[in-house]
Amino acid sequence: MTLTMREAFGRKLAALGRTRPDLVVLDADVSSSSRSLHFAAEHPGRFFNVGVAEANLVDVAGGLATCGFHPVVNAFAIFLALKAADQVRNVLCYNRLPVVLAGTYAGLSDSFDGASHQSIADVAILRGLPNLTVVVPADNAGAEAALEAALDADGPVYVRLNRNEVPDLPPAREPFALGRIRSWRDGGDLTIAACGICVALALAAAERLARIGVQAEVLEIATIKPLDGDALAARVARTGKLVVAEEHSVIGGLAGACAEALAERVPFLMETVGIRDTFTESGPYGELLEKYGISAGEIERRSLALLVKSQAMAT
Amino acid sequence: MTFPPQALLAETDPRRQAAMTSALARRIRLEMLDILHRKGTGHWGGAASACELLTALYFLRMKVDPARPRDPDRDRLVLSKGHASLLLYAVLAHRGFFSPELLGTFRDADSNLQGHPCMRKTPGVDMSTGALGHGLSVGLGMALAAQLAGKRFWTYVVVGEGCLDEGQTWEAAMAAAKFRPERLALLVDHNKVQLDGPSDLIMPLGSIARKLDAFGWNVAPGAHDGHDPAAIMETFRWLDGPGPWPRAVIYDTVKGKGVSFMEGQSKWHGAPVDDAGWAQARPELTAALAEAEALL
Repeated sequence: MTLTMREAFGRKLAALGRTRPDLVVLDADVSSSSRSLHFAAEHPGRFFNVGVAEANLVDVAGGLATCGFHPVVNAFAIFLALKAADQVRNVLCYNRLPVVLAGTYAGLSDSFDGASHQSIADVAILRGLPNLTVVVPADNAGAEAALEAALDADGPVYVRLNRNEVPDLPPAREPFALGRIRSWRDGGDLTIAACGICVALALAAAERLARIGVQAEVLEIATIKPLDGDALAARVARTGKLVVAEEHSVIGGLAGACAEALAERVPFLMETVGIRDTFTESGPYGELLEKYGISAGEIERRSLALLVKSQAMAT
Repeated sequence: MTFPPQALLAETDPRRQAAMTSALARRIRLEMLDILHRKGTGHWGGAASACELLTALYFLRMKVDPARPRDPDRDRLVLSKGHASLLLYAVLAHRGFFSPELLGTFRDADSNLQGHPCMRKTPGVDMSTGALGHGLSVGLGMALAAQLAGKRFWTYVVVGEGCLDEGQTWEAAMAAAKFRPERLALLVDHNKVQLDGPSDLIMPLGSIARKLDAFGWNVAPGAHDGHDPAAIMETFRWLDGPGPWPRAVIYDTVKGKGVSFMEGQSKWHGAPVDDAGWAQARPELTAALAEAEALL
């Protein structure tokens, strides 16, 4: 059976604890959700459960980091981004402390808990903080690789994690690295950029588009900040058309980051796939994704709309 | 008589230590007043109230080496009430972390002495602060790090009422009482006045000692005059004594201490020291310094 992304991350964390004595893990009373319980069971002396107190959670990690430890902080993504924003900014980012922020249950993946728990603005909130690296892995292998890379970084890194089982991507043509944009599919008609589960959805959409003769390239932008704007611009310069897909608000996330980077570099047309600036609701994960337009079908529709728009502007 | 601050480090007689600490603290107060007047920006009230405490900590208590400001075994101090930045800078400068001449660049563009402490810009600053309420959490992390690494360094967290207003401090107080790391000390500069007015009016804290006790802390019993170095040294001896962790000391202090018309006045939390205020305050601080130095 496929593991949930949080389970894969939690097991990787416990495994890394065996070879990294400087690794310490903190949780805010959600270790059975974040799956940091595996680390807690295996390395109890290096695990700190601070209760439901995200602000304290992040600053305790900051204090540990000033003394040579490498903390991984686990909490629900939206509570980390909102309740500990001051601590992430003023302690971790300002001082460039090597702390990994594992924001779990991100996007709509905490589906049944509803809008209070769903994290659709975390990237927008955190992306504005200097010195913070923001990473959105696409599958379990990506989440594990992001954790290892984040632990080797010299500053704070936010890793956005899905609660559920997510589709595994095909074997990668190039390895995961912080800051690297990975191409999963070639195509000259338009560019689709995605992060998280939307990479798999974009690949599915590209297959459907290919059936009607449209060749879309699919880029995975796991590191939303710092975004490799030159690499993205080089791709988009060839197609002139970009669809950005993310399990996040269309405001301030990957779409915003891409628009900011490209607007200074190349002319392009753009469509976005994401949550349209609204609160979401409870329900089965798959149904919510469909309802709020996070789907291969929606990526396909937006891609076709972009082609039509492009042709109209050309004539 | 005037003495070089380093002479205090070499002094071993407790009575002379107390007298010299008092004199050095008064000298620092006078220097701070001059700088705040010259710059027209910065916080007087909470710097003046913690002056003896920080002087005593850095000159009588803490194991720090200005030549090795990042020594992993050094004692740590988190000035959670970061608006008292000028006090921390003045104490660090006299302790030898950087030249006292740099104090004249306080809050200037390109200065290493930011408006609030920045650990990446100022040697000797162990944690950047400014937004209130962070200190105890960060200090808890440092104390846990000492425990994990088998080190014996102390972590001192200095807070004022503003930090105690912040909910995060009480999150940290609970967590510290859960993990009980050794050599974690919360030092309260209880000056009873906040930015907007008296603490009892702005946000009544009631008994801080009883609150901390209820949160599981070992609180130094009795009252402790935060402007009397001998009383501060007595609390240091209590910190070294037996009893459970974590430990807290509440120092009874006066906001704006040393200038009669600034004492206890919320206006002087952060108001610029203007020409008239400076002219009126300076003779008081000069006389107080001369009085302390005459006893040496």
